[in-house]
Amino acid sequence: MYPKELRYSKEHEWAKLEGSRVRVGITKFAADRLSDIVYVELPSVGAEIKFMEPFGVVESVKAVSDLYAPVSGKVVETNAGLADKPEVLNTDPYDAAWMLVVEPSNPAELEQLLDANAYAAHVGEGQS
Amino acid sequence: MSEALKRTPLHRLHTAAGARMVPFAGWDMPVQYAGIIQEHVAVRTRAGLFDVSHMGEIRVIGPAAMAFVQRLVTNDVSRLAVTQALYTPMCTPDAGVIDDLLVYRLAEADLMLVVNAANTAEDLAWIRDHASPDVRIVDRSDEIALLALQGPRALGILQRLTATPVGDIRYYWFRPDVEVAGRTVIVSRTGYTGEDGFELYAPAEAAPHLWEALLEAGRADGLIPAGLGARDTLRLEAGLLLHGADMDKTTTPLEVGLGWTVKLDKDTFVGVDALRRQKTDGLARRLVGFVLEGRSIARHGFPIRCDGADGRVTSGSFTPTVEKSIGLGFVPPACVAPGRPLSVEIRGRAVPGTVVKLPFYRRGQKSAG
Repeated sequence: MYPKELRYSKEHEWAKLEGSRVRVGITKFAADRLSDIVYVELPSVGAEIKFMEPFGVVESVKAVSDLYAPVSGKVVETNAGLADKPEVLNTDPYDAAWMLVVEPSNPAELEQLLDANAYAAHVGEGQS
Repeated sequence: MSEALKRTPLHRLHTAAGARMVPFAGWDMPVQYAGIIQEHVAVRTRAGLFDVSHMGEIRVIGPAAMAFVQRLVTNDVSRLAVTQALYTPMCTPDAGVIDDLLVYRLAEADLMLVVNAANTAEDLAWIRDHASPDVRIVDRSDEIALLALQGPRALGILQRLTATPVGDIRYYWFRPDVEVAGRTVIVSRTGYTGEDGFELYAPAEAAPHLWEALLEAGRADGLIPAGLGARDTLRLEAGLLLHGADMDKTTTPLEVGLGWTVKLDKDTFVGVDALRRQKTDGLARRLVGFVLEGRSIARHGFPIRCDGADGRVTSGSFTPTVEKSIGLGFVPPACVAPGRPLSVEIRGRAVPGTVVKLPFYRRGQKSAG
């Protein structure tokens, strides 16, 4: 449910350190709760995002939710595939449905995020 | 202090099936089971079963029942035959829509008004306030459960559970005392999805058995339970209005495109003067359907700009059959023609769109405007 190699925000984003960059997405818990995701709005490549500030939105049939940056930095890549197939967020949130790759300005922020066990506890699912 | 949420007779079955429950109009209702889109597609292509027992049922009984209801609503009840149903708004003297409802003529002098859950108490008070001594008003909402079986396979599924030829029931007609799966119900050829289908009015205690029998009978046909989420996207695609979102006491039936339910020539009724005046003076705004570019959703209350004037969104969604961002909203009269460009302000951005003819979806067709 919550891969060990990822770090998690309390707002349900995940962050994955890949060398000097960080890949960002939303968790299975968030995707399940939103259900039926139909639209994702992401920042442009080159945009600066700030730790725990909104960087985009995800809309399901019933509701719209802000996305919060799990790390500060410059967006160097976005997942264009989500524009046409946002439903992969519901089926493959940790892989095909990644949202951004960020060049972090302060990688130490990742330490403030939760590990998989702490996140599972945060969403009330205990040990996964 | 918030009151405890009411539960339909099927509540236990919903939670056991893993439905996601939400508060709706004071009721704890299933918003989805498998997922809104999956349920929506099932209703369009196969069949879905809805628990809409939260709807209110108000009986109006007595020799003056017909004349009384005729005076309360805008549509012409006098044309109703026994076993026929009619859709109508009920208005204030200013022609604001108190509620939209179905009138069933159960017998010569016995009517059943089916009203929205959110308005049941207010409707009941309004109706009692206006009642003459020669009619009896009875709230049957708690005793009656309502199951909606909707979709192209609804007829085949229902027919398996009854000896009554339910296919003979015409659209907006009903049959009382139909035995379905051993229980006696009213079978009505009505719905809120834009598909063929039936609504079953059953004694509350019969509802769980009927629910399970219908799901069992329809399993091979792909029948699944469907929640309020799919009900909303289905009705929106079909261009059906939702009271409380698309209309309320601040809007008139003429403004929201329900002119066909306003019979100014019938005997007098509450709101008739205001409606006549509005018809003569013209409308300052109209409810229209629109399609937006892209996939972002126009939510209730978002501003519309058209022809230099302002409007507002009343309903919006990204829907599975039409596969576009669609919505309903009020626009100035200059903007009502299909093809007119407009824009909806979504999170500070003007998203361009076009006015389209309603409905977005019609049975057997797949397109939006």
